[in-house]
Amino acid sequence: MSLPFDVAAVRADFPILETEIDGRPLVYLDSGATSQKPRAVLEAEREFLEQANSAVHRGAHTLAAEATELFEDARVTVAEFVGAEPEQLVWTSGATAGLNLVAGSLGYRGDLQIREGDEIVVTEAEHHANLIPWQELAARTGARLRHIPVLEDGMLDMHAAAELIGERTKVVAFPHVSNVLGIVNPVAKLVTLARGVGALTVLDACQSAPHLHLDLPASGVDLAVFSGHKVYGPYGIGALWGRDEVLEALPPFTTGGSMITTVTLDRAEYLPPPQRFEPGTQPVSQAVALAAAVRWLGEHDLDAAHAHEAALEKRLREGLRSIDGIRLLGDTDAAERVALQAFEVQGVHAHDVGQFLDSRGVAVRVGHHCAQPLHRRFGMTASVRASAAIHTTEAEIDTLLDAVSGVRDFFGVGAAA
Amino acid sequence: MSGLESLYQELILDHAKNRRGFGLAEPGAHSATVHQRNPICGDEITLRVDVEGDRVASVTWEGAGCSISQSSASMLVALLQEDGGAEGMAKTDVEALITQFREALRSRGKIPLDEETFADAAALSGVSKYTARVKCAMLAWVALEEGLRQA
Repeated sequence: MSLPFDVAAVRADFPILETEIDGRPLVYLDSGATSQKPRAVLEAEREFLEQANSAVHRGAHTLAAEATELFEDARVTVAEFVGAEPEQLVWTSGATAGLNLVAGSLGYRGDLQIREGDEIVVTEAEHHANLIPWQELAARTGARLRHIPVLEDGMLDMHAAAELIGERTKVVAFPHVSNVLGIVNPVAKLVTLARGVGALTVLDACQSAPHLHLDLPASGVDLAVFSGHKVYGPYGIGALWGRDEVLEALPPFTTGGSMITTVTLDRAEYLPPPQRFEPGTQPVSQAVALAAAVRWLGEHDLDAAHAHEAALEKRLREGLRSIDGIRLLGDTDAAERVALQAFEVQGVHAHDVGQFLDSRGVAVRVGHHCAQPLHRRFGMTASVRASAAIHTTEAEIDTLLDAVSGVRDFFGVGAAA
Repeated sequence: MSGLESLYQELILDHAKNRRGFGLAEPGAHSATVHQRNPICGDEITLRVDVEGDRVASVTWEGAGCSISQSSASMLVALLQEDGGAEGMAKTDVEALITQFREALRSRGKIPLDEETFADAAALSGVSKYTARVKCAMLAWVALEEGLRQA
Protein backbone atom coordinates (compact mmCIF):
# COMPACT_ATOMS: atom_id res chain seq x y z
CA MET A 1 0.00 0.00 0.00
CA SER A 2 1.52 3.30 -1.00
CA LEU A 3 -1.20 5.89 -1.04
CA PRO A 4 0.08 9.45 -0.86
CA PHE A 5 0.09 10.71 2.70
CA ASP A 6 -3.02 12.80 3.21
CA VAL A 7 -2.65 15.01 6.26
CA ALA A 8 -6.17 16.41 5.85
CA ALA A 9 -7.60 12.91 6.14
CA VAL A 10 -5.46 12.26 9.21
CA ARG A 11 -6.66 15.48 10.82
CA ALA A 12 -10.29 14.55 10.25
CA ASP A 13 -9.77 11.69 12.73
CA PHE A 14 -8.99 14.11 15.60
CA PRO A 15 -12.08 15.90 16.93
CA ILE A 16 -9.99 18.24 19.11
CA LEU A 17 -8.21 19.73 16.10
CA GLU A 18 -11.42 21.60 15.28
CA THR A 19 -11.03 23.61 18.49
CA GLU A 20 -10.66 27.37 18.32
CA ILE A 21 -8.62 29.34 20.83
CA ASP A 22 -10.13 32.79 21.19
CA GLY A 23 -11.40 32.72 17.62
CA ARG A 24 -8.24 31.31 16.09
CA PRO A 25 -7.77 27.72 14.99
CA LEU A 26 -5.83 25.64 17.49
CA VAL A 27 -2.27 24.92 16.35
CA TYR A 28 -1.35 22.04 18.60
CA LEU A 29 2.43 21.78 18.83
CA ASP A 30 2.63 20.08 22.21
CA SER A 31 2.42 16.44 21.16
CA GLY A 32 5.72 15.76 22.93
CA ALA A 33 3.88 16.37 26.20
CA THR A 34 0.81 14.42 25.24
CA SER A 35 -0.60 13.44 21.89
CA GLN A 36 -4.16 14.06 20.81
CA LYS A 37 -6.37 11.01 20.43
CA PRO A 38 -8.02 9.95 17.19
CA ARG A 39 -11.70 9.03 17.23
CA ALA A 40 -10.85 5.32 16.84
CA VAL A 41 -9.16 5.37 20.25
CA LEU A 42 -12.03 7.12 21.99
CA GLU A 43 -14.49 4.72 20.38
CA ALA A 44 -12.48 1.64 21.28
CA GLU A 45 -12.43 2.58 24.94
CA ARG A 46 -16.11 3.42 24.94
CA GLU A 47 -17.03 0.27 23.05
CA PHE A 48 -15.11 -1.88 25.50
CA LEU A 49 -16.81 -0.23 28.46
CA GLU A 50 -20.24 -0.46 26.89
CA GLN A 51 -20.02 -3.99 25.59
CA ALA A 52 -17.29 -6.04 27.25
CA ASN A 53 -16.31 -4.45 30.54
CA SER A 54 -15.49 -7.01 33.17
CA ALA A 55 -12.62 -8.10 35.39
CA VAL A 56 -9.89 -9.88 33.47
CA HIS A 57 -8.05 -13.10 34.37
CA ARG A 58 -10.75 -14.21 36.80
CA GLY A 59 -14.36 -15.20 36.73
CA ALA A 60 -16.05 -17.72 34.47
CA HIS A 61 -18.79 -15.63 32.96
CA THR A 62 -19.03 -14.68 29.32
CA LEU A 63 -18.04 -11.04 29.75
CA ALA A 64 -15.02 -11.99 31.85
CA ALA A 65 -13.80 -14.24 29.07
CA GLU A 66 -14.45 -11.60 26.45
CA ALA A 67 -12.71 -8.86 28.41
CA THR A 68 -9.71 -11.12 29.05
CA GLU A 69 -9.47 -11.92 25.37
CA LEU A 70 -9.59 -8.26 24.35
CA PHE A 71 -7.02 -7.39 27.02
CA GLU A 72 -4.61 -10.08 25.88
CA ASP A 73 -5.25 -9.29 22.20
CA ALA A 74 -4.27 -5.72 23.02
CA ARG A 75 -1.01 -7.01 24.44
CA VAL A 76 -0.31 -8.89 21.20
CA THR A 77 -1.06 -5.78 19.13
CA VAL A 78 1.09 -3.45 21.20
CA ALA A 79 3.91 -6.00 21.39
CA GLU A 80 3.85 -6.29 17.58
CA PHE A 81 4.03 -2.50 17.38
CA VAL A 82 7.51 -2.70 18.94
CA GLY A 83 8.49 -5.91 17.19
CA ALA A 84 8.12 -8.04 20.30
CA GLU A 85 6.38 -11.11 21.69
CA PRO A 86 3.39 -10.56 23.99
CA GLU A 87 5.10 -12.40 26.89
CA GLN A 88 7.75 -9.68 26.82
CA LEU A 89 5.32 -6.82 27.24
CA VAL A 90 4.34 -5.68 30.73
CA TRP A 91 1.49 -3.20 31.11
CA THR A 92 2.35 -0.24 33.27
CA SER A 93 0.53 3.01 33.98
CA GLY A 94 3.12 4.78 31.83
CA ALA A 95 6.83 5.13 31.23
CA THR A 96 7.46 6.60 34.68
CA ALA A 97 5.94 3.54 36.32
CA GLY A 98 7.93 1.27 34.00
CA LEU A 99 11.23 2.93 34.92
CA ASN A 100 10.40 2.84 38.61
CA LEU A 101 9.57 -0.84 38.25
CA VAL A 102 12.95 -1.57 36.66
CA ALA A 103 15.03 0.58 39.01
CA GLY A 104 13.06 -0.64 42.01
CA SER A 105 13.35 -4.29 41.10
CA LEU A 106 17.09 -3.99 40.51
CA GLY A 107 17.39 -2.92 44.14
CA TYR A 108 15.87 -6.20 45.34
CA ARG A 109 17.68 -9.46 45.95
CA GLY A 110 18.27 -11.34 42.73
CA ASP A 111 20.78 -12.13 40.02
CA LEU A 112 20.71 -8.56 38.71
CA GLN A 113 20.75 -6.83 42.10
CA ILE A 114 22.64 -3.53 42.19
CA ARG A 115 25.14 -3.38 45.03
CA GLU A 116 27.49 -0.96 46.68
CA GLY A 117 30.32 -0.03 44.34
CA ASP A 118 28.32 -0.78 41.19
CA GLU A 119 27.83 2.02 38.70
CA ILE A 120 24.71 3.21 36.92
CA VAL A 121 25.22 5.37 33.86
CA VAL A 122 22.59 7.77 32.53
CA THR A 123 22.85 10.82 30.26
CA GLU A 124 22.74 14.53 30.96
CA ALA A 125 19.70 14.66 28.69
CA GLU A 126 17.37 12.54 30.82
CA HIS A 127 13.76 13.28 31.49
CA HIS A 128 13.44 13.29 35.29
CA ALA A 129 11.56 9.98 35.00
CA ASN A 130 14.71 8.25 33.77
CA LEU A 131 16.93 10.01 36.30
CA ILE A 132 15.31 10.14 39.72
CA PRO A 133 14.52 6.40 39.99
CA TRP A 134 18.24 5.76 39.37
CA GLN A 135 19.25 8.40 41.91
CA GLU A 136 17.05 6.65 44.45
CA LEU A 137 18.42 3.24 43.55
CA ALA A 138 21.98 4.52 43.88
CA ALA A 139 21.19 6.13 47.22
CA ARG A 140 19.57 2.97 48.57
CA THR A 141 22.27 0.58 47.45
CA GLY A 142 25.44 2.63 47.66
CA ALA A 143 25.94 2.39 43.90
CA ARG A 144 27.41 5.34 42.03
CA LEU A 145 25.35 7.28 39.50
CA ARG A 146 27.31 8.73 36.60
CA HIS A 147 26.25 10.56 33.49
CA ILE A 148 27.30 10.87 29.87
CA PRO A 149 27.65 14.60 29.11
CA VAL A 150 25.79 16.35 26.32
CA LEU A 151 27.90 18.37 23.89
CA GLU A 152 27.12 21.92 22.84
CA ASP A 153 25.30 20.73 19.71
CA GLY A 154 23.09 18.40 21.74
CA MET A 155 24.85 15.15 20.83
CA LEU A 156 25.97 12.75 23.53
CA ASP A 157 29.69 12.83 24.23
CA MET A 158 30.44 9.32 23.03
CA HIS A 159 34.13 9.58 23.89
CA ALA A 160 33.14 10.23 27.46
CA ALA A 161 30.62 7.38 27.24
CA ALA A 162 33.38 4.98 26.24
CA GLU A 163 35.42 6.12 29.23
CA LEU A 164 32.54 6.03 31.69
CA ILE A 165 31.12 2.65 30.82
CA GLY A 166 33.47 0.21 32.49
CA GLU A 167 33.66 -2.98 34.46
CA ARG A 168 31.74 -1.51 37.42
CA THR A 169 28.85 -0.42 35.17
CA LYS A 170 25.75 -2.51 35.73
CA VAL A 171 23.11 -0.36 34.02
CA VAL A 172 23.20 2.09 31.13
CA ALA A 173 19.89 4.00 30.86
CA PHE A 174 19.26 6.55 28.13
CA PRO A 175 16.54 8.17 26.04
CA HIS A 176 16.01 6.96 22.49
CA VAL A 177 15.11 10.56 21.64
CA SER A 178 15.64 13.39 24.11
CA ASN A 179 12.36 15.15 24.93
CA VAL A 180 14.15 18.50 24.68
CA LEU A 181 16.68 18.02 21.90
CA GLY A 182 14.72 15.86 19.48
CA ILE A 183 17.93 14.05 18.57
CA VAL A 184 17.89 10.29 18.04
CA ASN A 185 20.64 8.89 20.23
CA PRO A 186 23.11 6.27 18.97
CA VAL A 187 21.39 3.22 20.47
CA ALA A 188 23.58 0.62 18.76
CA LYS A 189 26.81 2.26 19.94
CA LEU A 190 25.61 2.55 23.51
CA VAL A 191 24.41 -1.05 23.47
CA THR A 192 27.84 -2.18 22.21
CA LEU A 193 29.58 -0.30 25.02
CA ALA A 194 27.20 -1.68 27.64
CA ARG A 195 27.34 -5.25 26.36
CA GLY A 196 31.11 -5.08 26.29
CA VAL A 197 31.06 -4.82 30.09
CA GLY A 198 27.98 -6.95 30.69
CA ALA A 199 25.76 -4.03 31.71
CA LEU A 200 21.99 -3.92 31.21
CA THR A 201 20.61 -1.28 28.85
CA VAL A 202 17.35 0.54 29.59
CA LEU A 203 15.78 2.61 26.83
CA ASP A 204 13.30 5.43 27.36
CA ALA A 205 11.35 5.23 24.09
CA CYS A 206 8.65 7.80 24.97
CA GLN A 207 9.62 10.30 22.31
CA SER A 208 10.57 7.80 19.63
CA ALA A 209 7.52 5.51 19.77
CA PRO A 210 5.18 8.10 18.18
CA HIS A 211 7.60 8.92 15.36
CA LEU A 212 9.99 6.09 14.54
CA HIS A 213 9.62 2.47 13.55
CA LEU A 214 10.55 0.50 16.66
CA ASP A 215 12.02 -2.96 16.70
CA LEU A 216 13.03 -3.29 20.32
CA PRO A 217 14.44 -6.85 20.15
CA ALA A 218 16.60 -5.88 17.19
CA SER A 219 17.77 -2.66 18.84
CA GLY A 220 19.91 -4.66 21.22
CA VAL A 221 18.61 -3.00 24.41
CA ASP A 222 17.52 -5.18 27.31
CA LEU A 223 14.57 -3.18 28.58
CA ALA A 224 12.50 -0.34 27.17
CA VAL A 225 9.52 1.76 28.23
CA PHE A 226 7.01 4.00 26.54
CA SER A 227 3.75 5.76 27.39
CA GLY A 228 0.42 5.23 25.65
CA HIS A 229 -0.72 8.83 25.87
CA LYS A 230 2.18 10.00 23.70
CA VAL A 231 1.37 7.53 20.89
CA TYR A 232 -2.19 8.70 20.32
CA GLY A 233 -3.47 6.40 23.07
CA PRO A 234 -5.16 7.06 26.38
CA TYR A 235 -3.72 8.14 29.71
CA GLY A 236 -2.88 5.67 32.42
CA ILE A 237 -1.38 2.99 30.20
CA GLY A 238 2.11 2.29 29.00
CA ALA A 239 4.39 -0.65 28.56
CA LEU A 240 7.67 -2.08 29.70
CA TRP A 241 9.33 -4.39 27.22
CA GLY A 242 12.13 -6.70 28.26
CA ARG A 243 14.13 -9.60 26.94
CA ASP A 244 12.81 -12.95 28.22
CA GLU A 245 15.88 -13.72 30.32
CA VAL A 246 16.00 -10.22 31.80
CA LEU A 247 12.33 -10.12 32.81
CA GLU A 248 12.75 -13.65 34.15
CA ALA A 249 15.63 -12.49 36.36
CA LEU A 250 13.84 -9.44 37.75
CA PRO A 251 12.06 -9.94 41.07
CA PRO A 252 8.56 -8.48 41.34
CA PHE A 253 8.51 -4.81 42.30
CA THR A 254 4.94 -4.28 43.40
CA THR A 255 2.99 -7.24 44.69
CA GLY A 256 -0.61 -8.23 45.25
CA GLY A 257 -3.38 -10.12 43.53
CA SER A 258 -3.27 -11.56 40.01
CA MET A 259 0.49 -12.05 39.93
CA ILE A 260 0.75 -15.26 41.96
CA THR A 261 0.37 -19.00 41.66
CA THR A 262 0.18 -20.15 45.28
CA VAL A 263 -0.16 -18.02 48.38
CA THR A 264 0.11 -19.19 51.98
CA LEU A 265 0.03 -17.01 55.05
CA ASP A 266 3.82 -17.01 55.05
CA ARG A 267 4.83 -16.70 51.43
CA ALA A 268 3.83 -16.51 47.79
CA GLU A 269 4.96 -17.96 44.50
CA TYR A 270 4.79 -15.79 41.47
CA LEU A 271 3.55 -16.10 37.92
CA PRO A 272 6.09 -15.78 35.14
CA PRO A 273 6.44 -12.42 33.34
CA PRO A 274 4.55 -10.41 32.26
CA GLN A 275 1.88 -11.13 34.92
CA ARG A 276 4.51 -11.20 37.64
CA PHE A 277 4.79 -7.44 37.21
CA GLU A 278 1.08 -6.73 36.94
CA PRO A 279 -0.45 -6.93 40.43
CA GLY A 280 -3.90 -5.63 41.11
CA THR A 281 -6.60 -4.48 38.74
CA GLN A 282 -5.18 -3.54 35.39
CA PRO A 283 -6.06 -0.55 33.17
CA VAL A 284 -8.03 -2.79 30.84
CA SER A 285 -10.05 -0.33 28.78
CA GLN A 286 -6.92 1.79 28.39
CA ALA A 287 -4.93 -1.22 27.12
CA VAL A 288 -7.67 -1.97 24.60
CA ALA A 289 -7.68 1.68 23.50
CA LEU A 290 -3.88 1.76 23.23
CA ALA A 291 -4.09 -1.22 20.90
CA ALA A 292 -6.63 0.75 18.88
CA ALA A 293 -4.16 3.65 18.74
CA VAL A 294 -1.30 1.60 17.33
CA ARG A 295 -3.69 -0.12 14.91
CA TRP A 296 -4.92 3.31 13.80
CA LEU A 297 -1.32 4.41 13.31
CA GLY A 298 -0.55 1.22 11.39
CA GLU A 299 -3.35 1.94 8.92
CA HIS A 300 -1.25 4.77 7.50
CA ASP A 301 1.63 4.56 5.13
CA LEU A 302 4.22 5.03 7.86
CA ASP A 303 7.12 5.64 5.49
CA ALA A 304 5.16 8.52 3.98
CA ALA A 305 4.15 9.73 7.45
CA HIS A 306 7.79 9.63 8.48
CA ALA A 307 8.78 11.66 5.41
CA HIS A 308 6.01 14.14 6.24
CA GLU A 309 7.30 14.55 9.79
CA ALA A 310 10.88 14.86 8.56
CA ALA A 311 9.79 17.73 6.29
CA LEU A 312 8.06 19.37 9.26
CA GLU A 313 11.23 19.00 11.33
CA LYS A 314 13.32 20.69 8.66
CA ARG A 315 10.83 23.52 8.18
CA LEU A 316 10.58 24.07 11.93
CA ARG A 317 14.30 24.10 12.64
CA GLU A 318 15.34 26.10 9.60
CA GLY A 319 12.50 28.54 10.17
CA LEU A 320 13.47 29.13 13.78
CA ARG A 321 17.12 29.48 12.82
CA SER A 322 16.26 32.30 10.42
CA ILE A 323 14.54 34.40 13.14
CA ASP A 324 16.71 36.93 15.00
CA GLY A 325 17.40 36.32 18.67
CA ILE A 326 16.48 32.65 18.71
CA ARG A 327 18.75 30.09 20.30
CA LEU A 328 18.02 26.46 19.45
CA LEU A 329 18.78 23.62 21.83
CA GLY A 330 20.43 20.75 20.05
CA ASP A 331 20.86 22.32 16.63
CA THR A 332 22.70 19.72 14.64
CA ASP A 333 22.36 18.02 11.29
CA ALA A 334 24.67 15.22 12.35
CA ALA A 335 21.92 12.99 13.69
CA GLU A 336 18.49 11.74 12.82
CA ARG A 337 15.80 13.80 14.54
CA VAL A 338 12.13 13.92 15.26
CA ALA A 339 9.97 16.99 14.69
CA LEU A 340 10.50 18.47 18.14
CA GLN A 341 12.52 21.58 18.82
CA ALA A 342 13.24 23.49 22.00
CA PHE A 343 14.42 27.08 21.78
CA GLU A 344 14.94 30.27 23.68
CA VAL A 345 13.82 33.70 22.55
CA GLN A 346 16.66 35.79 23.87
CA GLY A 347 15.52 38.48 26.29
CA VAL A 348 12.03 37.03 26.73
CA HIS A 349 11.16 34.44 29.36
CA ALA A 350 9.76 31.16 28.01
CA HIS A 351 6.53 31.63 29.94
CA ASP A 352 5.94 34.98 28.27
CA VAL A 353 6.71 33.47 24.87
CA GLY A 354 4.17 30.72 25.53
CA GLN A 355 1.54 33.27 26.49
CA PHE A 356 2.17 35.27 23.34
CA LEU A 357 1.97 32.17 21.15
CA ASP A 358 -1.23 31.12 22.89
CA SER A 359 -2.81 34.41 21.83
CA ARG A 360 -2.22 33.24 18.25
CA GLY A 361 -3.78 29.85 18.95
CA VAL A 362 -0.40 28.12 19.11
CA ALA A 363 0.01 25.59 21.94
CA VAL A 364 3.61 24.86 22.91
CA ARG A 365 5.31 23.64 26.05
CA VAL A 366 7.23 26.11 28.18
CA GLY A 367 9.42 25.42 31.18
CA HIS A 368 12.11 22.85 31.84
CA HIS A 369 10.14 19.95 30.29
CA CYS A 370 11.12 17.72 33.24
CA ALA A 371 14.78 18.06 32.21
CA GLN A 372 16.32 20.54 34.64
CA PRO A 373 19.89 19.21 34.42
CA LEU A 374 19.87 19.53 30.64
CA HIS A 375 18.62 23.13 30.82
CA ARG A 376 21.23 23.92 33.42
CA ARG A 377 23.87 22.49 31.11
CA PHE A 378 22.79 25.04 28.48
CA GLY A 379 22.77 27.83 31.08
CA MET A 380 19.03 28.32 31.21
CA THR A 381 16.13 27.46 33.49
CA ALA A 382 13.37 27.25 30.90
CA SER A 383 12.81 26.98 27.18
CA VAL A 384 9.99 26.85 24.66
CA ARG A 385 9.34 23.53 22.94
CA ALA A 386 7.36 22.95 19.77
CA SER A 387 6.61 19.32 18.97
CA ALA A 388 4.73 18.08 15.95
CA ALA A 389 2.70 14.95 15.26
CA ILE A 390 1.44 13.00 12.29
CA HIS A 391 -1.45 15.48 11.96
CA THR A 392 0.70 18.64 11.94
CA THR A 393 0.69 20.67 8.72
CA GLU A 394 3.36 22.84 7.18
CA ALA A 395 0.94 25.77 7.47
CA GLU A 396 0.83 25.20 11.23
CA ILE A 397 4.61 25.33 11.43
CA ASP A 398 4.45 28.59 9.48
CA THR A 399 1.87 29.99 11.93
CA LEU A 400 4.26 29.18 14.77
CA LEU A 401 7.22 30.75 12.97
CA ASP A 402 5.25 33.87 12.15
CA ALA A 403 4.15 34.20 15.77
CA VAL A 404 7.69 33.62 17.11
CA SER A 405 8.95 36.38 14.78
CA GLY A 406 6.70 38.84 16.60
CA VAL A 407 7.69 37.96 20.16
CA ARG A 408 10.73 40.18 20.70
CA ASP A 409 9.02 43.15 19.16
CA PHE A 410 5.97 42.75 21.40
CA PHE A 411 8.08 42.55 24.53
CA GLY A 412 10.26 45.44 23.39
CA VAL A 413 13.58 43.63 23.29
CA GLY A 414 16.14 43.26 20.58
CA ALA A 415 14.94 46.04 18.29
CA ALA A 416 17.61 48.52 19.40
CA ALA A 417 20.39 45.94 19.71
CA MET B 1 -7.21 46.23 23.95
CA SER B 2 -6.68 42.54 23.19
CA GLY B 3 -6.43 39.96 25.98
CA LEU B 4 -2.71 39.81 25.50
CA GLU B 5 -2.25 43.56 25.65
CA SER B 6 -4.34 43.84 28.79
CA LEU B 7 -2.14 41.18 30.36
CA TYR B 8 1.12 42.76 29.27
CA GLN B 9 0.42 46.42 29.82
CA GLU B 10 3.23 48.85 29.07
CA LEU B 11 3.60 49.48 32.81
CA ILE B 12 4.25 45.78 33.41
CA LEU B 13 6.89 45.57 30.71
CA ASP B 14 8.53 48.74 32.10
CA HIS B 15 8.72 47.36 35.61
CA ALA B 16 10.09 44.06 34.28
CA LYS B 17 12.95 46.01 32.70
CA ASN B 18 13.57 48.59 35.43
CA ARG B 19 13.12 46.58 38.56
CA ARG B 20 12.53 48.51 41.80
CA GLY B 21 14.26 47.11 44.85
CA PHE B 22 16.39 44.74 42.81
CA GLY B 23 19.62 43.79 44.60
CA LEU B 24 19.59 42.58 48.19
CA ALA B 25 20.32 45.17 50.92
CA GLU B 26 22.65 44.26 53.79
CA PRO B 27 20.65 42.37 56.40
CA GLY B 28 19.47 44.53 59.31
CA ALA B 29 18.91 43.69 62.97
CA HIS B 30 15.38 42.40 62.30
CA SER B 31 15.42 41.10 58.79
CA ALA B 32 14.38 37.86 57.17
CA THR B 33 15.52 36.42 53.85
CA VAL B 34 13.13 34.17 52.00
CA HIS B 35 13.58 32.06 48.91
CA GLN B 36 10.54 31.18 46.82
CA ARG B 37 10.37 29.09 43.70
CA ASN B 38 7.74 28.29 41.14
CA PRO B 39 8.48 24.64 40.32
CA ILE B 40 6.47 24.75 37.10
CA CYS B 41 8.55 27.33 35.28
CA GLY B 42 11.65 27.62 37.48
CA ASP B 43 11.02 31.26 38.39
CA GLU B 44 12.70 32.16 41.64
CA ILE B 45 13.03 35.03 44.03
CA THR B 46 15.12 35.78 47.07
CA LEU B 47 13.48 38.52 49.06
CA ARG B 48 14.81 40.30 52.12
CA VAL B 49 12.50 42.24 54.40
CA ASP B 50 13.73 44.50 57.19
CA VAL B 51 11.31 45.25 59.99
CA GLU B 52 11.64 48.08 62.52
CA GLY B 53 9.08 47.77 65.30
CA ASP B 54 5.69 47.38 63.66
CA ARG B 55 6.93 48.93 60.41
CA VAL B 56 8.29 47.38 57.23
CA ALA B 57 11.44 49.40 56.75
CA SER B 58 12.72 47.93 53.50
CA VAL B 59 12.14 45.19 50.97
CA THR B 60 14.78 44.19 48.44
CA TRP B 61 14.98 41.19 46.18
CA GLU B 62 16.84 39.25 43.54
CA GLY B 63 15.55 36.70 41.13
CA ALA B 64 14.87 35.60 37.62
CA GLY B 65 11.66 34.83 35.87
CA CYS B 66 8.97 35.90 33.47
CA SER B 67 7.93 39.50 33.01
CA ILE B 68 4.87 38.99 35.22
CA SER B 69 6.87 37.72 38.19
CA GLN B 70 9.58 40.34 37.78
CA SER B 71 7.25 43.30 37.36
CA SER B 72 5.05 42.13 40.22
CA ALA B 73 8.05 42.14 42.59
CA SER B 74 9.09 45.56 41.35
CA MET B 75 5.57 46.96 41.72
CA LEU B 76 5.32 45.57 45.24
CA VAL B 77 8.49 47.41 46.27
CA ALA B 78 7.31 50.60 44.56
CA LEU B 79 4.00 50.39 46.41
CA LEU B 80 5.68 49.90 49.80
CA GLN B 81 8.15 52.73 49.17
CA GLU B 82 5.60 55.20 47.92
CA ASP B 83 2.84 54.51 50.42
CA GLY B 84 5.11 53.80 53.35
CA GLY B 85 7.24 56.91 53.07
CA ALA B 86 10.38 57.28 55.14
CA GLU B 87 9.14 55.33 58.16
CA GLY B 88 7.72 52.43 56.16
CA MET B 89 4.26 50.92 55.99
CA ALA B 90 2.72 49.27 59.05
CA LYS B 91 3.25 45.52 59.07
CA THR B 92 -0.47 44.83 59.53
CA ASP B 93 -1.30 47.02 56.53
CA VAL B 94 1.20 45.13 54.39
CA GLU B 95 -0.31 41.82 55.46
CA ALA B 96 -3.77 43.10 54.61
CA LEU B 97 -2.55 44.24 51.19
CA ILE B 98 -1.11 40.82 50.45
CA THR B 99 -4.38 39.14 51.42
CA GLN B 100 -6.36 41.51 49.22
CA PHE B 101 -3.95 41.07 46.33
CA ARG B 102 -4.24 37.30 46.55
CA GLU B 103 -8.01 37.46 46.67
CA ALA B 104 -8.16 39.64 43.56
CA LEU B 105 -5.71 37.49 41.60
CA ARG B 106 -7.62 34.33 42.43
CA SER B 107 -10.95 35.86 41.45
CA ARG B 108 -10.67 34.96 37.75
CA GLY B 109 -11.19 38.57 36.76
CA LYS B 110 -14.11 39.27 39.12
CA ILE B 111 -12.28 41.49 41.62
CA PRO B 112 -10.12 44.20 40.04
CA LEU B 113 -7.14 45.70 41.85
CA ASP B 114 -7.86 49.37 42.44
CA GLU B 115 -5.20 51.89 41.60
CA GLU B 116 -5.80 53.88 44.77
CA THR B 117 -4.67 50.97 46.94
CA PHE B 118 -2.27 49.12 44.67
CA ALA B 119 -0.71 51.90 42.57
CA ASP B 120 1.23 50.42 39.60
CA ALA B 121 0.47 46.90 40.81
CA ALA B 122 -3.16 47.48 39.82
CA ALA B 123 -1.96 46.83 36.28
CA LEU B 124 -1.69 43.17 37.30
CA SER B 125 -5.49 42.84 37.40
CA GLY B 126 -5.40 41.24 33.96
CA VAL B 127 -3.37 38.33 35.31
CA SER B 128 -6.32 37.00 37.29
CA LYS B 129 -7.99 35.84 34.07
CA TYR B 130 -4.96 33.66 33.28
CA THR B 131 -5.02 31.09 36.06
CA ALA B 132 -1.70 29.59 34.95
CA ARG B 133 -0.01 32.95 35.56
CA VAL B 134 -1.41 33.80 38.98
CA LYS B 135 1.50 32.04 40.66
CA CYS B 136 3.94 34.20 38.68
CA ALA B 137 2.33 37.39 39.99
CA MET B 138 2.07 36.02 43.54
CA LEU B 139 5.70 34.92 43.86
CA ALA B 140 7.15 38.09 45.47
CA TRP B 141 4.04 38.71 47.58
CA VAL B 142 4.15 35.19 49.00
CA ALA B 143 7.86 35.65 49.71
CA LEU B 144 7.12 38.88 51.60
CA GLU B 145 4.30 37.21 53.53
CA GLU B 146 6.68 34.47 54.61
CA GLY B 147 9.40 37.02 55.41
CA LEU B 148 7.06 38.96 57.69
CA ARG B 149 6.26 35.78 59.57
CA GLN B 150 9.97 35.17 60.13
CA ALA B 151 11.25 38.70 60.78
